[in-house]
Amino acid sequence: MSKRTIIPFGPQHPVLPEPIHLDLVIEDEKVIEAIPSIGFIHRGLEKLVEKKDFIDYVFVAERICGICSFIHGMTYCIAMEELLKLEVPSRAQYLRVIWSELSRIHSHLLWLGLTADAFGFENLFMQSWQIREQILDIIEETTGGRVIFGSCKVGGVRRDISAEKLQEILKKLRSYRNQWTEIGGIFLNDTTVKHRLQGVGKLSMEQAKTLGAVGPMLRGSGVAMDIRMTGYSGYNKLGFTPVVETAGDCYSRCKVRIRELDQSLQLIETCVTQMTEGPLEAKVVGFPNGEFFARSEQPRGEAIYYAKANGTKFLQRLRVRTPTFANLPPLLTALAGCQLADVPVIVLTIDPCISCAER
Amino acid sequence: MAQQIIDIQISELLERAKEMQAQGQRLVQICCTTLSETLELQYSFDLDFAYTSFRITLPKEGGAVPSISSIFLCAFLYENEIHDLFGVKITGIAVDFQGKFYRTATPRAFNPEAVTGEVKA
Repeated sequence: MSKRTIIPFGPQHPVLPEPIHLDLVIEDEKVIEAIPSIGFIHRGLEKLVEKKDFIDYVFVAERICGICSFIHGMTYCIAMEELLKLEVPSRAQYLRVIWSELSRIHSHLLWLGLTADAFGFENLFMQSWQIREQILDIIEETTGGRVIFGSCKVGGVRRDISAEKLQEILKKLRSYRNQWTEIGGIFLNDTTVKHRLQGVGKLSMEQAKTLGAVGPMLRGSGVAMDIRMTGYSGYNKLGFTPVVETAGDCYSRCKVRIRELDQSLQLIETCVTQMTEGPLEAKVVGFPNGEFFARSEQPRGEAIYYAKANGTKFLQRLRVRTPTFANLPPLLTALAGCQLADVPVIVLTIDPCISCAER
Repeated sequence: MAQQIIDIQISELLERAKEMQAQGQRLVQICCTTLSETLELQYSFDLDFAYTSFRITLPKEGGAVPSISSIFLCAFLYENEIHDLFGVKITGIAVDFQGKFYRTATPRAFNPEAVTGEVKA
């Protein structure tokens, strides 16, 4: 047996946008085991709910993550609306889906860029982020913000998008689709890219299920599980079916994300076709009471918001389980047995968002 | 989305977890809540979007539960989190960080009364 060495990976590392530490136990170049360590950026945002009015807390919820901020805010609102027994108007639900899917598109493009950067394909990185910038422009035009949208509120949404604007957005998105299809082809067909992704960081369907994987990590291992299938926020009217790939490797997770770009555009198109004029919010009356687990599908996977309220303006407890937190155990399994040089790529394929995971 | 919360005793926890595993359920999350007199632990499972949570009530100080990480390995992250933020003793965690999972300025920040008790001691 070769001598075992422990290599510290992170919390500061060129491929890590956020801090996570892994102790990599290696033999020669092969990783035998990975032991995670987080907690560098724990902000205690769940605790803040005890001092923030439940209406205002949506602004904090949006700040849990800088990438899927809108879906965080929306999931919090879904929990509150359930406790308040509020019915969100149809137009507001469609607008929520549109902003959620725009978030997914920009998040997946961000991920594609970071992954290209991780395996040293700088040009592909820049191409991915160039398209992403244009998606952020659409978000800015419709919400006023590029990172924090601030457009979701308990009971509905704060802003509308006019019919003309929606048509303009669709036209732009269709032209961007041509661009992401082109770079998607490079990710999926280029020999050097395939060499870095295929057969790397494998996670079987059984492992993905038992280790609690979520999102593209789970669907890339052949499991058709996507919280949008439950039909929350009007997804039940859109004919949604999840994107699934079966190989269980980094390439498979990459393919899921690329295919989800097209799917998100399709969902936005369906929303624009189906939505009608109407109110944007339901009036909030009283204070939340009871407990509820709200679930949503973020770009990285399933998010859970547990809210417990006692009929006052402050919640007793808000617990947020983010997809990155759930994907850490599957990541450790995917790392075991890989080559040291593949660690950055495998870590990136869970699309880690550590500030999100630590809250 | 169907949801149910079932109150159970600590002694039932491992048996219930084994049942869930046998049914092919997925461990979705473990959550701890600080109430005025007690702590609540909720273990949530999902199968085909049917969501089941088992709830255990514990005293605010000195509470201990067995780890379910021998049944659901992924539980070790949740259990270390609950230990560090709420001060709940969880025995037999598969990967035990010994209180060093979260680097918080205030120990057991989500259960401050347990902190006070520790200082007094």
